[in-house]
Amino acid sequence: MEAEDIKRATWRMAHEIIERNHGLEGVVLVGLQTGGVWLAADIASALNAIEGVEPPLGTLDVAFHRDDIGLRPLLPEAPTKIPFNLDGQAVVIVDDVLYTGRTIRAALDALNSYGRPRTVQLAVMVDRGHRELPIRPDFVGKNLPTRRDEMVDAHRDGIDLGEIVK
Amino acid sequence: MKHLLSINDLGAEGIDEVCRLADHFTEVSQRPIPKVPALRGKTVAMLFYEDSTRTRLSFEVAARRLSADVMGFSVSASSVNKGESVRDTVATVSAMGPDAIVVRHRSAGVPQQTAAWTHASVINAGDGWHEHPTQALLDCYTIRDRLGSVAGRRIVIVGDIKHSRVARSCVMAFTALGAKVTLVAPPTLLPPEVGSWPVDISFSLDAVLSDCDVVYGLRVQKERQSEALLPSLREYTAQWGLTVARAARLHPDALVMHPGPVNRGVEIAPEVLDQPNATLNEQVRHGVAVRMAVLYLLLAADPDLRPEGAGT
Repeated sequence: MEAEDIKRATWRMAHEIIERNHGLEGVVLVGLQTGGVWLAADIASALNAIEGVEPPLGTLDVAFHRDDIGLRPLLPEAPTKIPFNLDGQAVVIVDDVLYTGRTIRAALDALNSYGRPRTVQLAVMVDRGHRELPIRPDFVGKNLPTRRDEMVDAHRDGIDLGEIVK
Repeated sequence: MKHLLSINDLGAEGIDEVCRLADHFTEVSQRPIPKVPALRGKTVAMLFYEDSTRTRLSFEVAARRLSADVMGFSVSASSVNKGESVRDTVATVSAMGPDAIVVRHRSAGVPQQTAAWTHASVINAGDGWHEHPTQALLDCYTIRDRLGSVAGRRIVIVGDIKHSRVARSCVMAFTALGAKVTLVAPPTLLPPEVGSWPVDISFSLDAVLSDCDVVYGLRVQKERQSEALLPSLREYTAQWGLTVARAARLHPDALVMHPGPVNRGVEIAPEVLDQPNATLNEQVRHGVAVRMAVLYLLLAADPDLRPEGAGT
């Protein structure tokens, strides 16, 4: 995928979010640190361009909620900012790559600390498969079958595939 | 890092890491539900041989906000009163399998000893006149929060330096981060080894007041009055107290700090404590986030504690 493809996928996901929620009433975006933050910002500005409303935008680092604390050193990488109450809102979690689903599980757990959303949806640029938990995305930029030993990196300029160097 | 016994265990880099992590825990503390599951299943034991309000409560709140379990221990209601030695008490507590033991004792070196007697991580919560590392960390965090950084700041520590573990830890932490520290005290309340510390020394608060970013007042330990190191508390206040008149000569942005508990009107005038540049309550609030950071670093995030190749 090239930069233009990423942009088109972002706009399509924005349209799908509006369609699913019948507008943007009560819709808030939460980008996961660090990979999901740029995509959440881009989706937010696409939503603004389409509907004329910019939804509230937050960021979340899930380090303290992960299930592999103690198995490896886990330090948060970037700030969490959710300066709004999530009670009764439709929260769209945004991340760059969906893989095992464990990050999303941690994010769902973290969101509980900020209130009780009416619904939680998931938008990702790349779904690479290999889920280890019963989690599925609602909005997908691209489905990309991968091997477990591959590395997938999604950013504004495109998607990189690489081998994990061991 | 397995234990936090001294500020020297951390160094400048470690202090910075604690402060950066404390930023995240400050955010956690502001959530509608201020609790994360990070240390679920871990147990933190409190071993306080000396009175404490804020340090003990702060460690307990910190552990609970990380979802750790807390084992309380108060000397007055324990077998210590039946003559049990520190070593046996530590062995007993250790046998119940805590992941960390927070120790306060009136004698210097007890936390180091404790570390040799247990598999748990040991955190020094104050030992005699020696050290009180988490107090120094929360003070660094408070200065960083208010003034942007500790490096290059001129910090005046005034009071009973000799009997103060807070002063020792703060001097190490502040100077490690690149602050310029001046100690102000009556000559009787300076420790004999102070000449080897990387600090300036003055006997007059008035001489250094107008030219500093932080005034850090230490508690006058009234229990030490019998040693006749001070003529009287009034004499102390007249010479070394931060009175209203002295506070007026401070730079408007200069901070007034104190580790608590404060003797109102002795070290610092009550009016000065109520000014917006007095940070006493902030220090307490930051103490929780900083102690969460310390517990998390020791029990969850230390690469040295991880088995090889664990996790993905």
